[in-house]
Formats: sequence, C-alpha cells, structure tokens
Amino acid sequence: MKSDHSIPGTEEAPELSYRILSDTSSSAPVIVFFTSAVVWLLVGTVFGLIASFKFNFPDWLGNIPALTFGRVRPAHLNSVIYGWASLGIAGLYVWLTARLCQTEVHWRRLLYISAILWNAGVLYGVVSILGGHSQGIEWLEFPKGAQTLIAMASVLLSLSILRTFYGRRVKHIYVSLWYILASVIWFPILYVIANLPFYSGVTQAAVNWWYAHNLLTVWVTPAGLAAAYYFIPKVIGRPIHSYYLSLLGFWSFALFYNWNGIHHLIGGPLPTWLISVSIVASVLMFIPVITVAINHHMTMVGHFGKLRYSPTLRFVVFGAMCYTAVSFQGSIQALRSFNEITHFTHYTVGHAHLGLYAFFTMSIFGAIYYIMPRLTKWEWPYPVLIKFHFWLVALGITLYVISMTVGGFIQGLYMNDPSHPFMDSVQVTKPYLMARSVAGVVILIGHLFFIYLFYLMIKRKGVKRVTPPWYEKAEEYVR
Amino acid sequence: MMFIRAYVFFLGVLATLFLGWAALTFIPGIQIKEIKPLPGLKPYTEQELRGRAIYIREGCVYCHSQQTRPEGFGVDQRRGWGRPSVPGDYVYDRPHLLGTMRTGPDLFNIGARQPSEDWHLIHLYNPRATSPGSIMPPYPWLFEEAEEAPEEFYRMQGKRVVPVPEQFKPKGKVVIATQEALDLVAYLLSLNHTYPVKAER
Repeated sequence: MKSDHSIPGTEEAPELSYRILSDTSSSAPVIVFFTSAVVWLLVGTVFGLIASFKFNFPDWLGNIPALTFGRVRPAHLNSVIYGWASLGIAGLYVWLTARLCQTEVHWRRLLYISAILWNAGVLYGVVSILGGHSQGIEWLEFPKGAQTLIAMASVLLSLSILRTFYGRRVKHIYVSLWYILASVIWFPILYVIANLPFYSGVTQAAVNWWYAHNLLTVWVTPAGLAAAYYFIPKVIGRPIHSYYLSLLGFWSFALFYNWNGIHHLIGGPLPTWLISVSIVASVLMFIPVITVAINHHMTMVGHFGKLRYSPTLRFVVFGAMCYTAVSFQGSIQALRSFNEITHFTHYTVGHAHLGLYAFFTMSIFGAIYYIMPRLTKWEWPYPVLIKFHFWLVALGITLYVISMTVGGFIQGLYMNDPSHPFMDSVQVTKPYLMARSVAGVVILIGHLFFIYLFYLMIKRKGVKRVTPPWYEKAEEYVR
Repeated sequence: MMFIRAYVFFLGVLATLFLGWAALTFIPGIQIKEIKPLPGLKPYTEQELRGRAIYIREGCVYCHSQQTRPEGFGVDQRRGWGRPSVPGDYVYDRPHLLGTMRTGPDLFNIGARQPSEDWHLIHLYNPRATSPGSIMPPYPWLFEEAEEAPEEFYRMQGKRVVPVPEQFKPKGKVVIATQEALDLVAYLLSLNHTYPVKAER
C-alpha cells in the first residue's frame, strides 16, 4: 500500500492525486468494456425489435431459420444480459473499485484478457443460438464452449477487482464497494454452479430459475445499486442519508434475494414447500427495497431540482425509482393469487424490462455519462443529444412497461376464463404487442443518439467543451 | 464497514449464496431424486428425441409451457389440458422444457388433445392454415416444395405430402414434410401424459 504517487500540485490533497491515479489506470480497460457493451446494446436492441415485430407480423422474415422468433428472442436476451449488461457492469466495477479504494487498477492485463474472452463468448454464444445450437434452457442457452469463455472472463475480472481492493488506501469501505465485492464473488460461483452438467427434469427447472433470478441478485442489481449509492451523493454533493440503513439494506438483500427464484415456477410440478419458501423470500424483499428507497430518497430530499441539470443524476435517479417500483411489483407478483393471473403472460416480460431496462440500463447510462469524460478527458459535446437520449428511452420504456403490464394482465384474465377459447387470450394482446413494438422503435432511436455521442467521446470529436454537460446554467447549484 | 473486517464480510457473502443454493436446489434435488418415473411414462424413442432437439432449436419453449396447473389455480383442468403434472412426469426430460410463457397453449398433453399428424404438419408449415388469428411463426424450412403430382407418386418414393389447404400452398406445387418435420411431430405426439399418477406418493 504505497502512497508515494504524488502528482505535482496535489501535495496538499492526496485524494486528488489518488483520483487522477485511479482514473488514469482504469481508463483503458474501462473504455474497452464500455465500448463493447455499447456494441452489444445495439445488437441486442435490434434483436429485441425483430422479435417484437414478429408478434405483430408472424410471417415477416418467416423463411429465414436464423431469424425465427424462437432464436431471435434468446439472442436478444443473451446479448443484452451477457453483452451489454455484463460488460457495462465490468466497466463500472473496475472504475468504481479503483476510485473507492483510492488506488490504481491492479492486474490490468487480466482485464484485457477478460474483455476479449467475454466478447468472444457472447459472440460465439449468440451466433450458436441463431444457428440453432441453443442448450434450450432459458438464460443458459449458450453452448458449453461459450459458457466456459464467459466463466473464465468473469473469474479474471473478479481477480483484478479483488486485487485492487487488496491494494486499497482507505480504511472505510463505502456501500457501493460492498455490493461490488459481493457481486464479483457471487457471480462466477453462481454461473459455474448453474452450468454443471448433472441436472435433469424438475430439478433442472429449479436450478434454472434459481440461477436466472439470481443473476439479478448477484450481478445486475448490485451494479445498479452501487451506481445509485455512488452517483447520487456524488452529484448532489452530500453524504448518503444513513450508514445503518445501508447496512440493513445490504445484508437483508444478500439474505433474501437469492431465495426468490422458484417463484418463477408457482403452480408448477415442484414441491409446494419449495415454492412457498420462494414466495416468502420474495415478500421479505420489501425490507431491503424499502430500506434502500428511504435511504436514497432522504439523500435526495431538497435536491430534486438538480435533476434539471445533471444528466447522470437524471438517469440514476430514474433508475433508482424504478428499482423501488420493480421490486414492489415483483413481491406482489410472487403472491399466488396474483401470480395465478400474470404467470405465463406478457406481464412478466413487462416486469423484466422494468427491472433490466428502467432500473438497470438507465443507471448504467447515468454512470457512463459520469465516467467517460474522466477517462477520455473530453466533455460530452452535445448536451441536447443527451436530453434526446433521456426522453426517448424514458418515454419508450414507460410505454413498453405499461403496454406489457396492462396487456399481460388482460391476457391472464382471458386465459383464466374457460368461457373464452384460448385463442381469445392471444387476440386480446395484439394492440398491446403493437404498442410494445412502437416503444421498441422509440428506444432504438434513443440508443442511436447515445451511441453517436459515445462514438464522439471515444474519438474526442464534436464541440470542445470545458464544462460538464449541464443542461442549463447551474453554477449556483454546483461547485 | 466500521465493525467487521473484510474477511467476515466475504464469509457472510459466501454464506448467503450457499444458503440459498442449499435451500432452493440442493435439498429439493435430494427430495426429487427419490422420485421414480411414473409407470405410464415411456422413455422417448430415438425419433422423438430428434424431434425434441428441433423443438429446442426453434425455441418453442419461449411461447409454450409443458406443465399443467392443479384445479383451483388457473383453469387448465377445465380447459381439458390434463391432470396436474408431477415431478415423475419429467424424469426423462433433459434439458427440462417446463416453460414460463403461454403466448400459445400448454403442450403437456398436445399429443392426446390433437393426435392428427396431418394437423401438426399443416400447422407447422403455416399456423394460420389451421388456427386463424394465430401469431405463431411458420417453419417452412422443415418442408420441401415439389412439382404437383398425385400423392401416390410421392408416397411410392417414401415422401410425405402435407395436405396444406389450397390458399396456403405455393401455386402449382405440393408441400412435402422433411424428416425433421416428421421427427418434431413425433415428439409433439409423444406429449401425452394422460396415464394415471396413482404410484405417486
């Protein structure tokens, strides 16, 4: 734990020199992770949109095997989860760990290898699915080879982050770092356990959904929360409301969340006690969720006006609010009487996107808006395009979630009414599925703005600005 | 983390994941392992397994479940989709295909509900030919087109002509099922779990 990396001019404030040190050392690997994440975001969005339009026009692209719905849909899921989300998380974790440990990124070479393996794994996996070589297990469709690449990549990432943590210069470990450390330990273990080859029948179904839901527990949600815990206080310039609430929120999260998965099989052929346990755990999720919500809200109170100025804050707060919403929804959805209606319907798809998009993806957007200028030494050139990006994706995902939630619920009511033939439950969803496709187009346009901006950042192109991309004059709020 | 050292933190983190794993997969795994296949359940034939692989390849599971709910939870019973499924029904399923979506109907007993091979072939060739309003994708690559000729002509060559209704057929052609289509239909017809569950505890 050396502390002799003094940078001229920072003798009086060693934290500043550490910050420069960590940003300089994380710059290259984080840019690699973020850039590949953004490529997968585009790929995943296009797959998602194709899948969506196939509901509206089932014969469209109907004679191309690689683009049949049953292959494009898993290609969408896997490219956004293992491509966009995972590589985005990797970038966020590397940057944030170095920052919060006030040190340089250790074992950077592992990170480059990790990025290569990870991208190769996702590419190989997605191409395999399109080529008809899926393993057929939801969220685990990738063939063994692709899974091995991703498993190795995640271990390398974890090693580098743990090594960086070991070299920390701080005594106090900030909340965001708890989530990151837990996450980098959980994810490789979970991923390997789920991919072991000795499950079949209903046991495999239990492992399948324990895994799929836990991917949110150990990987996606900690990243979103780490971002919220870091960026909200950072941007508004005030500490997090309560340390003890953070502690309660973290440990109740760790205890309850990974018991939730079997609620995906309510009413299915599994032992009733097992499903009941998952339902109870899902309801217990109210504790960490309310804790975190109170903590973030109390931190924000009196500072909501700043949402007008900071893109990062706007995205991250949108994400944090949606975390509360999606978690409440999830707990209620796990109740038998409610699940009886919504299970097997598009309602679940709406829920998934409320979590993975409105919460997680928006939070990562916010993080990228904050992090990138510190890595490329270049300010976002066109704040107005950030505004377009925000409003397009915010409105798009709102339309998406509303149409799937309402449409799915009605679908469930028709499904559970034997006086309606089953086909009625298909017909009744058609306008909602069309609205979903419109939402998808709006989101894609939003992504194109984001990708263009991201490209300008990498290339350091566009208008050279010296101030952050505040939407309006905000000097009175921001030092 | 004022009070606990880093290693306590890491142990705690490992413990929570391990607890969840033990409770949700390991213990039920032991409980379920004791379950024998139901006496009426037959292992898949080689052809059915080939068909099952096509079911997986084309991602049927994303729209069709293979699990029936008990009376009092949904209306599967009143729709005549068959008795509630039990773990013993799935002993030969690897990977499992329980599914979590019913954009289309449950297929746990599709072999009993719709035993016509012709119906399934037409439906796979173009779902709207048998089920108006359906949003299921067509699977034309499981079929071949051939010159119009009497059915006997193709039957003599061991080929299966699919009786696709006129308006869904390519003009002046007949539609012939490939081996893959026949395998897939064999698998679908094998989805017949109408035998009793008595042996189940």
